[in-house]
Amino acid sequence: MSRLSALKGLSSLSGLSGLKDINGLRGLSGFAVLSGFGGFLVRRAVGVVLTLFAVSVIVYVVFYVTPGNVAQITCGPRCSPEQVHQVAQQLRLNDPLYVRYWHFLEGLVAGQDYSTGTSVEHCAAPCLGLSYQSDQQVTGLILTKLPVSLSLVFGAMVLWLVLGVGTGVLSAWRRGRPTERVLTAVTLAGTATPVFVIGLILMIVVCGELQLLPFPQYVNLTDDPEQWAWNLLLPWLSLALIEAASFARLTRAAMLETLAEDHVRTFRAYGVAERSIIARHALRGAFAPVIALNANNFGSAVGGAVLTETLFGLPGIGQELVHAVNVVDLPVVVGMVLVIGFFVVLANAVADVLYALADRRVVLA
Amino acid sequence: MSETVTKAAAEAVVAAQVTGTDPASVPATTGARQFRRRLRTQRAALVAACVVALLVLVALAAPLLTALEGQDPTTYHPSLIDSARGGVPVGPLGGADGDHWLGVEPQTGRDLFARLVYGARVSLGVALAATVFQVAIGVTMGIAAALGRRWVDQLLSRITDVFVALPLMIMSLALLAIVPASFPRPVLVTLVIGLLSWGNIAKVVRAQTLTLKELDHVSAARLSGWGPWRIARRELLPGLAAPVITYAALLVPQNITVEAALSFLGVGVKPPTPSWGQMLTAADVWYQAAPQYLLLPAGALFVTVLALTVLGDGVRTALDPRAASRLRVGTGRRRENKAAAAAEQGVSS
Amino acid sequence: MSLVDVTDLTVEFGALRAVDGLSFRLAQGAALALVGESGSGKSTVASALLGLHRGTGAVVGGSVRVAGTDVRAASEEELRRLRGGRAAMVFQDPLSSLDPYYAIGDQIAEVHRVHTRVSRRAARARAVRVLERVGIPDAARRSRSRPHEFSGGMRQRALIAMALACEPDLLIADEPTTALDVTVQAQILDLLHTLREETGMGLLLVTHDVGVAAESVDDVLVMRHGKLVEQGPAGTVLAAPAHAYTRELLAAVPRVHVRREAETLESRAPGSGDPAALGQGGTGHESVGRPAETEDVRQPDGPSADASDEPAEAAEAAETAEVAETAETTEAAETAEVVLEASGLRREFGRGRRAFAAVDGVSLTVRRGETLGVVGESGSGKTTLGRMLVGLLEPTEGEVRYRGRARAGVDPTVQMVFQDPVSSLNPRRSVGESIADPLRARGEKDEARIRRRVTELLERVGLEAAHYDRYPHEFSGGQRQRVGIARALAADPRVIVCDEPVSALDVTTQAQVVALLGELQRELGLALVFVAHDLAVVRQVSDRVAVMRRGRVVEEGPADEVYESPRDPYTRQLLDAVPALDPAVAARRRARRRSTERREPALT
Repeated sequence: MSRLSALKGLSSLSGLSGLKDINGLRGLSGFAVLSGFGGFLVRRAVGVVLTLFAVSVIVYVVFYVTPGNVAQITCGPRCSPEQVHQVAQQLRLNDPLYVRYWHFLEGLVAGQDYSTGTSVEHCAAPCLGLSYQSDQQVTGLILTKLPVSLSLVFGAMVLWLVLGVGTGVLSAWRRGRPTERVLTAVTLAGTATPVFVIGLILMIVVCGELQLLPFPQYVNLTDDPEQWAWNLLLPWLSLALIEAASFARLTRAAMLETLAEDHVRTFRAYGVAERSIIARHALRGAFAPVIALNANNFGSAVGGAVLTETLFGLPGIGQELVHAVNVVDLPVVVGMVLVIGFFVVLANAVADVLYALADRRVVLA
Repeated sequence: MSETVTKAAAEAVVAAQVTGTDPASVPATTGARQFRRRLRTQRAALVAACVVALLVLVALAAPLLTALEGQDPTTYHPSLIDSARGGVPVGPLGGADGDHWLGVEPQTGRDLFARLVYGARVSLGVALAATVFQVAIGVTMGIAAALGRRWVDQLLSRITDVFVALPLMIMSLALLAIVPASFPRPVLVTLVIGLLSWGNIAKVVRAQTLTLKELDHVSAARLSGWGPWRIARRELLPGLAAPVITYAALLVPQNITVEAALSFLGVGVKPPTPSWGQMLTAADVWYQAAPQYLLLPAGALFVTVLALTVLGDGVRTALDPRAASRLRVGTGRRRENKAAAAAEQGVSS
Repeated sequence: MSLVDVTDLTVEFGALRAVDGLSFRLAQGAALALVGESGSGKSTVASALLGLHRGTGAVVGGSVRVAGTDVRAASEEELRRLRGGRAAMVFQDPLSSLDPYYAIGDQIAEVHRVHTRVSRRAARARAVRVLERVGIPDAARRSRSRPHEFSGGMRQRALIAMALACEPDLLIADEPTTALDVTVQAQILDLLHTLREETGMGLLLVTHDVGVAAESVDDVLVMRHGKLVEQGPAGTVLAAPAHAYTRELLAAVPRVHVRREAETLESRAPGSGDPAALGQGGTGHESVGRPAETEDVRQPDGPSADASDEPAEAAEAAETAEVAETAETTEAAETAEVVLEASGLRREFGRGRRAFAAVDGVSLTVRRGETLGVVGESGSGKTTLGRMLVGLLEPTEGEVRYRGRARAGVDPTVQMVFQDPVSSLNPRRSVGESIADPLRARGEKDEARIRRRVTELLERVGLEAAHYDRYPHEFSGGQRQRVGIARALAADPRVIVCDEPVSALDVTTQAQVVALLGELQRELGLALVFVAHDLAVVRQVSDRVAVMRRGRVVEEGPADEVYESPRDPYTRQLLDAVPALDPAVAARRRARRRSTERREPALT
């Protein structure tokens, strides 16, 4: 079975054959579909919460039980055993893991007070703890870095969807012509170039050799939208190109798959022009797979964002994470991984709903 | 993560890159022969296969090659760098000459050729070993979910969902930082990639197994009186081979990229062990004085990933020519028409 | 001028000549059926009429004129005007023939706007009107539904509505009812008939089913291997076929109103079957076994059978002639040992609100040496029942007793023959190995003995010893089904459940496989459960028949009794819907169906 028909086959095998029975036996009113969709939204929302919970447990457990003496690392290599012990005490490292996790959850929901020796600091509701290194609140730290990362990822997402789907449509339309061959070769090369290689080359060529743009410096969107966009252009491109390549491949494949389907034959047999068939029917068939791939690739794109931030020196979450990782600042690491996980899970849930809207049959499947 | 979209995503990944092979359509015993024939008809895949073979050979023969050059990847050559100018290599072409074929590394003066060749070892070794882990875990989880009772399936599918939701780069980045430096890094990178990123393959295997399980010949085998083990071995596993091999072929280049990225960030393979990604960390500073310090590892990465991707496409095409015809270079109306004609022929014969 | 004028049409796909020198004409408002088995090239002809082969690499020769347009010479623009505007096509599978993502009304409107310069709104209104016309209730609301929210019959109505949207002169229907249940098929055929009466458009019907052709058209054109075999008025061709192939084809068609005759089955011995030699390459047609003899046997009931196509008439005729014999066989059947007994079987699928019972309270008995036919439309639960009988599915409630004992799980002596000849054999193992499975599972280790027994079985089902080492893809559909039967036999079964064993096969092959099953049954004293949707086939093989609907058995009894004097209204409805082979009878029955339909509205 071909890839996409496998894809559709799965949904149609599981979905449609069952559907046929349901249809035949009960009939489907518009209302049933609607209430089905409401139920679907609720189920998905519950799913998001459960997944987040599972992710937090895994992250917490993994980070706090991995080999390596956190107190020793935090304190520094020259600390004496007494000092290490003191640090461990202070960081509650001697409590059982579940107690610490409970505290962590408590802080997340209700906030928490931390004594930093001299004063007591209150860490408000979604409290992710204090940094071992700077005693700064992790939540606040993340909030200052978040706009940069969001600008980067969502800007790049728009770019890769437009570029990728556009290229895919173009090569499906010009199939068999030189245009398509060139595009296919370019997208193949695109999928084979790691983000940081593209980024390095772009930076060296555009900023270094040609001096078309200055080396990127992050400017707030609210301060100066134009500068914001110019400065993010290269990071966006380096992050988007590789993703765009796989979207181009998927779009093209999905459209060609649809073009080979029976219903396209129907519209051809009724004199509908090839242009409308491509624009209306073939492209529509690529919606659902594109949404699904976007959900899937969001996680890897976030990984790519870390690389991009590091490479271009953008003060986002990724750069901070790399820093925290290097100094083993566990609360910061755990907090950031959770926040990133939250966005990935959320993006998936949104994609899930969009997917269901794009293909109503899944709601019933 | 919600089930629908992870399923859809896994399917889309399958769609974008791998093929759910129609289990009934693959005639097998003649399969191996047919596979080789189909692989041979694709020039691009053939070239890619040669490139990959060459890379593997280079990686295996790394000690031999460096011995031939008379260098090793870890020795510093302070005499070959100009510390007055910040450590750029002495001499033209980044210090390339008869002794150091591709020049030396800035600042340390380590032999670039030796590091590049040993880097191939790390890249390919880590990627392949991680793939073995991913496939082993993914196949086990997928089959267990598909064949197990309802609650087993539910549980395993949920776990798989969570692992699909974990952002691999972020998790490995964080994990790698915590484990003490005494643990051998390449092994650690392998384990981290292998243990974290098996979700999609598990989903593919589960879906495929569920499809296979419903096929009549599996029912027929049950009716013959065979037990579950024999049925799994004779009727199910062979049908899984094609999608698993196809998916694995896709994972290798992906793993190479991840390893390179982690090393680039400084948490993967650490010096003195060479790795392509790690070599690129400081390359942007030196690109004017020693351009090959940037271009060689970047080029090596590009060629390797490209060759593996094209080879993966080729493997997919060979295992499932119908689906893959749409992804291949130079596919188009002509081929589509041929396929249509063939389909018509199938109808009318 | 005729509506369709085809002269010396050839269509070639590479080396394969799918249509070979075909010529025919269709007058304005006339109806013609292209009848043939798979591979006859009939669908290719239909596509050629609209120039759908253009740009596909197929080579089209000869001349094709449709509604005044020379299809081969027409420009793209002219072709587009022809397609849909003058000649519209209805396809076989109504689900896959509509775009799953758009509302049905929008799809019809889209097509309408290609041919008429009207506003979006007007086109949408037109869509609702044609949907009403094809009998979609509440058309304005239903036009906003997507195809998957329609039932199969409604989808086919929607496709016909799309065809009507631009008021074409010619309707090309390519197997329009093949994917539908028999009662729905009757409704669709009636609809096509009514529309033709009302609009005066011509109809070109492509079908493999002689009965469907007899129901719908004036003229019939029989095709084989891309060539014309015979052409003429439906009544003449079907009642007095001039060509040997047409006679073979008609002889192989199972008749729902004719009693099962043991002799008939016997004479169509399996040894003659399927000589479609292996490795014959691309074509792989099922040849028909011993046409002359088959025909001889069939000859006596030829005209009389057609005349007695009315159930009542048939019943009268049969009762006087065969009362004694029927009594005898029934008696014998009732004394034989009960091998398989199902009581109160129920099987649910899904959970919670979506749970439904596919099979709901079915009790059956199967005796040694008898055939129980289970007949029902799609969704009736017949396949689920079959799988529970062999133990592949566990019932939610109730039990299956095998030879007097309650049984759980599978038992090698209760075997199954599957519907799909493709998926029922492992493509990676030679057919010999597949057949040997039950032997090996039983613990047989002696390779020579295994090979001997498998060879014996292969020969018994009409294959050759040399086929042992071949792989499934080298076989035709009918041959694979024989392999499936051989594998079932290898287990020395007492019961074989056949799940739609012939529905994927051409009618001549179908007859051979049915004959083989009947013969094996008599020889080995097997109990057979024959699950199928085709009422005629079931009658030809069964001693007793159970009619299923929505998971329940609505009627059960000796086959002749059920078919000749059905008690349940649903059984009557089913029997009424089966296409008759005689156009005159078909017309009478259509009139009767219409009068009942007025009383109880359509079920689609």
